[in-house]
Amino acid sequence: MVDLSDQQRAIASGSDGPAAAMAMRIVAESARLMGAPRLISVASAHIDGALYHGDSGTLFAEKLVEGGAKVAIRATLNVGALTPAGCAKIRLPPHERDMAARMMRAYEAMGCEPSWTCAPYQAGHRPKAGTDVAWGESNAVVFCNSVLGARTNRYGDFLDIACAIAGVAPDYGLHRPENRRATLVIDASGLSRELRASDVFYPVLGAYLGRSAGTSVAVIDGLQGCTTEDRLKALGASAASAGGVGLFHVAGVTPEAPDLDTALGHRPPAERIAFTQAALGDTLARLSTSGGADRVDAVAIGSPHLSLAEIEEVEQRLAGRKLAVPLYANTGRHVVGPLAANGRRAALEAQGVVFVVDTCVVATPILPDIDGAVLMTNSGKFAHYAPGNTGYAVSYGSLAECIESAVAGRLVREPRAWA
Amino acid sequence: MGLNAEILIPGPAVTATCLALTAPISFWGGVDPRTGAIIDARHPQRGQSIAGCVLALPGTIGSSSASAVLLELVHAGRAPAAILMHEPDAILLLGLIVAREMGWAVPQALKVPADKQRGLDGRRLRLTGDGTITPE
Repeated sequence: MVDLSDQQRAIASGSDGPAAAMAMRIVAESARLMGAPRLISVASAHIDGALYHGDSGTLFAEKLVEGGAKVAIRATLNVGALTPAGCAKIRLPPHERDMAARMMRAYEAMGCEPSWTCAPYQAGHRPKAGTDVAWGESNAVVFCNSVLGARTNRYGDFLDIACAIAGVAPDYGLHRPENRRATLVIDASGLSRELRASDVFYPVLGAYLGRSAGTSVAVIDGLQGCTTEDRLKALGASAASAGGVGLFHVAGVTPEAPDLDTALGHRPPAERIAFTQAALGDTLARLSTSGGADRVDAVAIGSPHLSLAEIEEVEQRLAGRKLAVPLYANTGRHVVGPLAANGRRAALEAQGVVFVVDTCVVATPILPDIDGAVLMTNSGKFAHYAPGNTGYAVSYGSLAECIESAVAGRLVREPRAWA
Repeated sequence: MGLNAEILIPGPAVTATCLALTAPISFWGGVDPRTGAIIDARHPQRGQSIAGCVLALPGTIGSSSASAVLLELVHAGRAPAAILMHEPDAILLLGLIVAREMGWAVPQALKVPADKQRGLDGRRLRLTGDGTITPE
């Protein structure tokens, strides 16, 4: 049974108005469901609830606004369903477009920052290690826990905004240090260093981690000196789509894993598995659903949203060439603002890059309906969600393969030893 | 030969056919919020509808928007008649907690271990609302 303070009880009964009461009841009911004994203060929130899935979410947000809701802590916003003028065309009918816009306005009216990105941690929202926060969006959650070392559970839509209004969250799960210890070791050291130090490896490793770990905490061994922040971002996003992963450690890399033994809490692991060449091949094959088709109708990159460094690599690889099929570059205002200021955005658009800002191609209808269409991507998360959300089959490949395929208008593979 | 399950979210009594999924699912990207059809291309029960059935879930994965999809299914009248979960899920069941706050009719959710879910697949079940599940 969750033990609320007198003040929390009063708020839940309406002392601070109807919206504060609703928020506190949602937090307290979630705590009851998950067996949390009490509520703890949280320092910030990242809100995944402002993406339009249907009218119900808009009605909920507007009910909060009508009840006088304001966020009590810093709260950034994840993607919405709309994109600013000049970006990709959103194919929402008028009613849905209106409801999506109303929803985005309602969250801004509650005092949330209009960050509109699934990579808030690359847009200036980086809580300190050890801080309790309430974050939604599965990739942001896993990055916040694993790479920043801050503490959050996987906050579902609506609980994130409820915690931001109430300033408290249920005390259970990954907020508690004893639950952050790894119980599973994934050993990647049997694979070549060349592969382990390549971008294209990380979404595949993530998909394997997601399926192997489920919701348990794993520590990956054998990546020392191989990772970058963007690789860890891609790893976490893929793991959180393929499984329920909220936290992973990388021995010698992430903040709670100075070494393997510390990540394990100085106890033997419950399980130790090797990421073998066979498992790698099987996982890689499952990321694509196009059956090796030559056809490519569009390319999508940027799930999670592209960083400035990733855009720079696109510019270098494209080197002024024109694209035969559209390349959808999904990113946030924090990246496209600086790009537009010095003409780089216009140059990329002239080559055929279509910017998707504040949202992405699997979150809202953007890709045109084409029978048998194939989407190429370097994102494990896009590879996972595109077939269900867009109807496109997926070909997974490296950024270089994505760019060359977009230039050629058909699938281009580069030689690579998957071992 | 009924089952007695822990009540996660209370709801009205109902009789409906059980659809027991054989793999975990992400509601966002896995279930169409307008119809309740399973749209995850890699899911073994792809194409079946979860609307109006007793949905047995061995596990949930993926997006933190599962709650939004379930809220929308409730609002659209396409939610399951009841949900059986291996263990409580803080994300999915939020959809029911919020639906109740909105004043909408909410299906019950019960805790049923995955190994007991399999035998219920395809059977018509009566759920009385006190945690009892009886096959007809």
